[in-house]
Amino acid sequence: MIKKTTFVLLCMLVSLHCFAGKTLESIRQKDQISCGVNTGLAGFGAADSQGRWTGLDVDICRAIAAAVLGSADKVRFVPLSAPQRFTALQSGEIDILSRNTTFSMTRDAAMGLNQTAVTFYDGQGFMVPARMGIKSAKQLKNATVCVQSGTTTEKNLTDFSRANKLDIKPIVFEKLEAANAAYFSGRCKAYTTDASGLASIRSREAKNPKEHVLLPDLISKEPLGPMVRRGDDEWFAITKWVIYGLLEAEEYQITSNNIESLKSNSTDPAVMRLIGKSDDMGKLLGLDKEWLAKAVSQVGNYQEIFERNVGEKTPLALKRGLNALWSNGGLQYGMPIR
Amino acid sequence: MPTSSQKSKNTHQEWALQIILLIALGLVLVWLGHQTWINLKSRGIQSGFDFLFDPAGFDIGETTWIDFNSDESYWVAFAAGLLNTLKVSSLGILLSSLLGLALGLAASSTIWVLKAISRTYIEIIRNIPLLIQLLSWYVLWVEYLPASSDPIILLQSLFISQEGLSFSGWVWMIPMDGSFLDGHLQWNAPVVSPDGVQSALNASPEFLSILMALSIYTSAFIAEIVRAGIASISKGQVLAAQSLGLIPSQISRCIVLPQAARLILPPLTNQYLNLIKNSSLAVAVGFPDLVSIGNTALNQTGRAVECITILMLVYLTLSIAVSFVMNQIGQSMTFKD
Repeated sequence: MIKKTTFVLLCMLVSLHCFAGKTLESIRQKDQISCGVNTGLAGFGAADSQGRWTGLDVDICRAIAAAVLGSADKVRFVPLSAPQRFTALQSGEIDILSRNTTFSMTRDAAMGLNQTAVTFYDGQGFMVPARMGIKSAKQLKNATVCVQSGTTTEKNLTDFSRANKLDIKPIVFEKLEAANAAYFSGRCKAYTTDASGLASIRSREAKNPKEHVLLPDLISKEPLGPMVRRGDDEWFAITKWVIYGLLEAEEYQITSNNIESLKSNSTDPAVMRLIGKSDDMGKLLGLDKEWLAKAVSQVGNYQEIFERNVGEKTPLALKRGLNALWSNGGLQYGMPIR
Repeated sequence: MPTSSQKSKNTHQEWALQIILLIALGLVLVWLGHQTWINLKSRGIQSGFDFLFDPAGFDIGETTWIDFNSDESYWVAFAAGLLNTLKVSSLGILLSSLLGLALGLAASSTIWVLKAISRTYIEIIRNIPLLIQLLSWYVLWVEYLPASSDPIILLQSLFISQEGLSFSGWVWMIPMDGSFLDGHLQWNAPVVSPDGVQSALNASPEFLSILMALSIYTSAFIAEIVRAGIASISKGQVLAAQSLGLIPSQISRCIVLPQAARLILPPLTNQYLNLIKNSSLAVAVGFPDLVSIGNTALNQTGRAVECITILMLVYLTLSIAVSFVMNQIGQSMTFKD
């Protein structure tokens, strides 16, 4: 409480001065991008035992650092709790917020933020113990449900409960440990948060992950992606187009493995444009010609990022689903780079 | 020796200095507020307290005295959070005082076992961070107690399970569509069913964990204060009382405690203030106190400055109210000679 208050006050004081330069200039000067990430959500943003950050959100920041500064390692990760995150971005403490954050109208219109591009299409789901034999979230009548605070989840849960006359009783936790303890001990009948988060918690915290099932109902749309401060269109464009570039790279099958050979062999004009062998697309963003090539060769395209962090071979074992490319029946649609 | 005219000149100068200081402080505050306002505005962040009258849209798991549903506005949600904070703080103050007094007396006792137990308790409890104690109590409560379909039953009236505590007692039952006055007093006895314990009187494990953690943690500090207060009364007084033929319980009730109380009161006030502020840790175990509601409101509206300001003002008001009351009590205890 006190920490949070001081933080907000400090940010307000500091913010009197920290808005002088453009984001890109200050990033070049620091030779580093400050990236706000989750304090610990396996698959999206978490530090391992060596202190190295991994996750889908983390890799997006690395890709942007590679495109802008030439090296995927020039990122300072700032772990942020849910209530801290927007203040940190608004006040200039971080350059980009890549922390499984939902895009919504309130956040876009009223909070001085710009939503870049969706990196993960998610939805709020429920996890229940398998032995309860529950097949649908609509069977959760009068149930106590564990909720993690600081997201859009509480409101979605209330809407769902009212629309279906379920009279669900929420228990809202700030501490992940307490929420997990409450659910896995049986204090709550169900656990709700974004479906990807549930998969992450099940894979890491359950004694036997098979004893818990994710219900098929998704009660909300949760498009997750990075946000930047309002008022800096150049930086906004860079972040957006690096993400689209990672999607385009997947679509044209440019990977970290084949990019070197493509550079010398490819004759496909679209591929040559993307990897900077023909038109200079980077110039339009104020970056160099090989901006996307650097991002893909150091971090990988969207598919590689997805499979490495949350895909079927990881403990989270998420299918591409909505996050498949549009050409494969999903929603991921990189805007054309031309 | 300053003359009287010099003296009055000095007082004038002092007054002028104090007024200038006040004005300068006021100006700094106004400037800060103004800058914040301009900065928020220039970055497209909407601000203001108007959101307090918008519907909250979220539910609160447990409330005290009032019912809350998601149609009600944010300020009602804040009020519900405040009532929960007041409930846990006032009960916490009561329990920690009783426990602290008992432990303090035990620590001052001449009986070795009592003294040792009390010392050990104080040293262990006050040296472990409160948050860790709180989480331990919560995990203990939800992990290690039986499911509510198979509770521990004490004296046929206390039902303890993973879902908290259910107990017997008189309750004011209000009929479904009647007002408060239509109700009647009814004896409530918990019943065990396969779905769990059914009872009108319950306390959730979230509430019990924060209450236990606050009471036990604060009681260790209060015990030390009581012990020190008693130790400060000179031995001579006890000897004098003994020579007058007073028995030990009379000595502590009539001689030692009333004098020690004056010394105990100011540090005790501090402990009460700490307890109220520490109750904001409730958010860690999912008890919907004021901070928990404030966090949710902050997240949904994005009005960080406003929500934090409300929290600060409420805690400030609570603390000032408590110290005012304690000061009044303290003044009524001073020696009148």
